[in-house]
Amino acid sequence: MSSWIREKIFLGKTFSEYLAEHKNPMFILAFIILCLSFYSMAYRLIYGLGPATNLSDTYPWGLWISFDILVGIALAAPGLTVATAVYLFGLKDYKKFAKPAVLSSLIGYVFAVFALMFDLGRYYRVFYVIGWSWGLSSVLFLIAWHFFLYIIICFVEWSPAFFKWLGLNRLRDYFSKLGVWATALGVIIAGGHQSALGALFLVASNKMHPLWYSSLLPIFFLGSAIFAGISMVILESTIAHKIFKNLVKDFDDVEFNKRTIGLGKALFVILCAYLILKLLDITHYNNWHYLITPYGYWYMFEILGFVFIPVILLAFAVKENNTKLVRVSALLVVLGVILNRVNVSLIAYNWYIPLSEKYYPTWMEVSLSAGIVTMIILSYRFIVRRMEIL
Amino acid sequence: MDRREFLKRTLISSLTLLMAEKSHATGKETQRGNRANEINWAKYEAEKKTREAVQGESYAVLVDITKCIGCRRCEWACNEWNKNPNKPLSEFEKSASEKPSVFDRIRRTDAETFTIVNRFYKEDVTPIYVKKQCMHCLEPACLSACFVSSFEKTKEGSVLYNPSLCVGCRYCMIACPFDIPAYEYFEPLRPQITKCTMCFDRIIEGKPPACVEICSADALIFGKRSDIIKLAHRKLDENPERYIPHVYGEYETGGTSWLYLSPVPFEKLGFPKLSKKPDTEKTASFLFTVKVLEVVASVPLVYAAYKAISSKGDKEKDE
Ligand code: SF4
Ligand code: SF4
Ligand code: SF4
Repeated sequence: MSSWIREKIFLGKTFSEYLAEHKNPMFILAFIILCLSFYSMAYRLIYGLGPATNLSDTYPWGLWISFDILVGIALAAPGLTVATAVYLFGLKDYKKFAKPAVLSSLIGYVFAVFALMFDLGRYYRVFYVIGWSWGLSSVLFLIAWHFFLYIIICFVEWSPAFFKWLGLNRLRDYFSKLGVWATALGVIIAGGHQSALGALFLVASNKMHPLWYSSLLPIFFLGSAIFAGISMVILESTIAHKIFKNLVKDFDDVEFNKRTIGLGKALFVILCAYLILKLLDITHYNNWHYLITPYGYWYMFEILGFVFIPVILLAFAVKENNTKLVRVSALLVVLGVILNRVNVSLIAYNWYIPLSEKYYPTWMEVSLSAGIVTMIILSYRFIVRRMEIL
Repeated sequence: MDRREFLKRTLISSLTLLMAEKSHATGKETQRGNRANEINWAKYEAEKKTREAVQGESYAVLVDITKCIGCRRCEWACNEWNKNPNKPLSEFEKSASEKPSVFDRIRRTDAETFTIVNRFYKEDVTPIYVKKQCMHCLEPACLSACFVSSFEKTKEGSVLYNPSLCVGCRYCMIACPFDIPAYEYFEPLRPQITKCTMCFDRIIEGKPPACVEICSADALIFGKRSDIIKLAHRKLDENPERYIPHVYGEYETGGTSWLYLSPVPFEKLGFPKLSKKPDTEKTASFLFTVKVLEVVASVPLVYAAYKAISSKGDKEKDE
């Protein structure tokens, strides 16, 4: 047993060797962030949301919903995009990207739901929504169910690697077959709840700034989740291949760069479609005059800076075969999606109240979210180093 | 500074931060343990089986803003009836003449206050007092938003909240166009949403809501909704110079069970401009579309999955 643990968990090292390996500034920083976030979690559980956060009756949703859920789920979309293309539509060239994509979705969703537990007032009742009382008219009901299903789906998609790690080959084969069905179901489920996250705000038309409010909100959220997913795949694969180069079997630089350009093309197309929809949206609601207000400048900053500029950069990058530029654009796109989710849920929501009453997070809210991000990275690293993912 | 020292310092400084944080929390700690919503829900559950359905239409309240004198007695009566924290009646009554006064700031409902009166000014600086509480919408956004179905619109007109189902997600607060539901942020374990019940527990006994009963200025009138709407229009017709020609709540967001008459445009008094169609329709059509798309999309996806599996099988045979 102990040799098993040593082999599987500590990668063949003794515990103290394993620990010694982690004595570097990055891990110490991670450790500090985790300590602070555990502290915030405990504080929230003991004293309640009031003392721990800056949430109020005017701002019932803050950083945790905005960042951990809305941003987190959008950035956890790689599974929706790349895994589907590979497993379902047979784009074999991108096979190398599929497993890490599924893994990042799985981890992203698990930790998003984990973070949500601290935001829910009565977290211990969360299973009411699954089996006890159904609010069928609620968008949140759809989201809750879809999260639940999608986590199961990601587990099924990821489980072959897991069972291989455990050396259970028959289970692995069984689950790889199931995986295709899971992916098919996953497209529907992921598409459904990505758009539903936008639809959450449909019901609050009078509280949202007109530039961000639109009947198309669900489509904007779905579209941006797709390009966020592709960008995350580009970024993650870049980072992973830098750090875990030794883990990648038969790594082929030329091949990898070619695929990155391919992803860049896909990104370009979807960003363009999104941009056109945004233009149509402003024209349809005749919102042009809002553009010359402070909120309008902020809106243009989001759209021009993080959608339009990446489009231009990508056009160049694809033409010149410049992978570096593709990566820069991907980074911009990811930042843009983060900005967009924060804008919709915190800036555009209740936009008319005076600045002094606006919400900003406490250090505990920030540290909890930072802790979640750290946990995501550490879990990703933990699994990648042990199972056949890359 | 070695590493251990560094860790120690970090720990200490974060502890200090914590202490500072805690002290700012005090003062609001009483905002918990509300019982009124629970009691009303229990009454609703108990009477649902036995009680005869209300004959004809539900009830409504008309708020005639031109009559309100800002005595805040409704606030007092509401607190009293619902056993919310209260102060002597005189402290409420003197607010209108006092300086500084609670009216200096625009307030909203909170976890232990189901109704408040706010002060606005006409152009000639005469004050206008506006009572605020749950509007008891006919198509309540809070109800449609709740993912565990914690709200119910009763036949009497009340929109009631059921604390025994609520998960505390606070989506109802996001959804309500009037910013009514409040939350017990200072209750760590069993927080609830709280809001006005339209005094369901009084209505079913044949009594008007507590706030209506105490109002001696004739600003609040309780009755069947159809009668109340007729009354509102009669008032408009008889005194066109007194009001702007608009019964707020007759159609707003699908209609509400609290209706308002005002001497100035409602936007000036903090009322949201709402269309006849409630936003809940948008949510409903979104949910419908998603379901249809999910069913439609499943056909090609199942086909693709089937193909993917069978082509994999072929390849394995080839190999
Ligand atoms: S006013 Fe708000 S809380 Fe009251 S019924 Fe309407 S939506 Fe619900
Ligand atoms: S806070 Fe409670 S009542 Fe409000 S939507 Fe969430 S579960 Fe429903
Ligand atoms: S109807 Fe009852 S609960 Fe509502 S504001 Fe009046 S007294 Fe308070």
